[in-house]
Amino acid sequence: MTYALEISALAKTYKGGFQALKGIDLTVSKGDFFALLGPNGAGKSTTIGVITSLVNKTAGQVKVFGYDIDTDLEKAKSFIGLVPQEFNFSQFEPLMNILVNQAGYYGVPKPLAIERAEKYLKQLELWDKRDDAARTLSGGMKRRLMIARALMHEPKMLILDEPTAGVDIELRRSMWDFLRELNQQGITIILTTHYLEEAEMLCRNIAIIDGGEIVEDTSMKKLLAQLDVETFVFDIKEGTPITELKQFAEQSTDITYRVIDDHTLEIDLNKSQNLNQVFSQLNAANIEVQSMRNKSNRLEALFVSLINKKSDSRKKKQQNADVGAN
Amino acid sequence: MNNSIALKSILTKEIQRFMRIWVQTLVPPAITISLYFVIFGSLIGSRIGEMGGFDYMSFIVPGLIMMSVITNSYSNVASSFFSAKWQRNVEEMLVAPVPNWVIVAGYVGGGMCRGILVGLIVTLVSLLFVDIQLHNIWVIIATVVLTSATFALGGLINAIFAGSFDDISIIPTFILTPLTYLGGVFYSISLLPDFWQGVSQANPIVYMVNAFRYGFLGISDVSLVTAFAVIIFFIVTLFTIAMTLISKGIGLRS
Repeated sequence: MTYALEISALAKTYKGGFQALKGIDLTVSKGDFFALLGPNGAGKSTTIGVITSLVNKTAGQVKVFGYDIDTDLEKAKSFIGLVPQEFNFSQFEPLMNILVNQAGYYGVPKPLAIERAEKYLKQLELWDKRDDAARTLSGGMKRRLMIARALMHEPKMLILDEPTAGVDIELRRSMWDFLRELNQQGITIILTTHYLEEAEMLCRNIAIIDGGEIVEDTSMKKLLAQLDVETFVFDIKEGTPITELKQFAEQSTDITYRVIDDHTLEIDLNKSQNLNQVFSQLNAANIEVQSMRNKSNRLEALFVSLINKKSDSRKKKQQNADVGAN
Repeated sequence: MNNSIALKSILTKEIQRFMRIWVQTLVPPAITISLYFVIFGSLIGSRIGEMGGFDYMSFIVPGLIMMSVITNSYSNVASSFFSAKWQRNVEEMLVAPVPNWVIVAGYVGGGMCRGILVGLIVTLVSLLFVDIQLHNIWVIIATVVLTSATFALGGLINAIFAGSFDDISIIPTFILTPLTYLGGVFYSISLLPDFWQGVSQANPIVYMVNAFRYGFLGISDVSLVTAFAVIIFFIVTLFTIAMTLISKGIGLRS
């Protein structure tokens, strides 16, 4: 089976000896919406850099739609559209020129390039700015310009490195819709992001990278199923004395309640417990709940626990190595 | 993959760039050359008398045009490619399936266009001061095309290695300008003592200026065959170096 992306034993050591990638293996199926997550300095951007030939690899193999970047680099490049983390267009050129030139680098004839530039500038709400120099755009507009630029040769795979960094919520959501639409059209999308909610909302499969190694590579569903504790926030009707809430929380033995203030309770539920138990206990104590919501990001908790586990195991290995050396 | 479209795109971008900032790129050479004509041609030149059988003003015109071509083709590529590195928009080309030779040809072609256009402007300005005669137009065209290619390649190599804006002005200031001034623009190297004539023969600009002067005046301190051989040798060498550097990703890929 040909994958959209096949990485095997990929390693990168920078000048100065920093080992950014320690032999990672990764596959992304055609049509997938794939998240690559990891803390800062984990190796995400290096991985993307190698795939897009901006970083020379030290060892390993990368294939894009079956084409090896060592032997068929130009063919492999033609499938990829890249939206990098940093703004990397000429600040002095008008938007239209940037897009038409980029299409030209992929061999797209000018009349077709102009047609596509119009289509994507309109879709990304930049059409009115087409003749303005890129430096005059706002941060969010610059990000959208880079998405339009990456689509000019109609790639089969779109790689986005932190595409919504610094973008406001409304715009972020409209960008999500746009990316979902592209994915539905059959474009394989690989995304790195700091917003874990973004990965949870958009991606079907996920790999977590830390310290240059893949620590998890699975489907989003399976990953979230690993999560055994969920936190709920209950808004309590005003007028309930805080002392009463505290007493209730202290008396409970099977479920963990935390009193945040006089109208907020937080409850940790594991898989063996259910909300019926919680409501029964609250009813019995005459505590009236006005509303309830799921707290923050479930993926975030899991992400932190996976990264911590890995870091603990690294420390242990190091300790053992130190003992061995003594 | 249609490489001609990619090449045309880079070339168009390069030409649009220097035309967009024409006040910085096309006007200064015209002013500088006018000053050279006023000072060296009219004021001092009239006291110098003849050089190589021609009045001094006519003698220096080819050298001054060539000096503008050299400086502009070099600095166009050096500043454009370095600023593409600095703003990181060079990555637009690096991620695309553009062969390395197309990148080199596109930037060098852009530098040549500016060098030749400035050469043309300077020639037109010269007509205000002196009647230009033509001895062999083909030699003029061949020399200007090959010389601009040589220095555009030099500018590209400079930009590949450059880590800051200072690095793209060091070579022009400390190497290019002295070589140009000592390259027979203002004098015939036959006036120098034997030793310094020998030293001058190691300066590639001597061959370019003399071949160019031959095209206008029909006189040269060196043989035309040697001059073209030297220029072509430099083009081949610099092109090979530029291709190797870009293929290895020096200064471009980490």
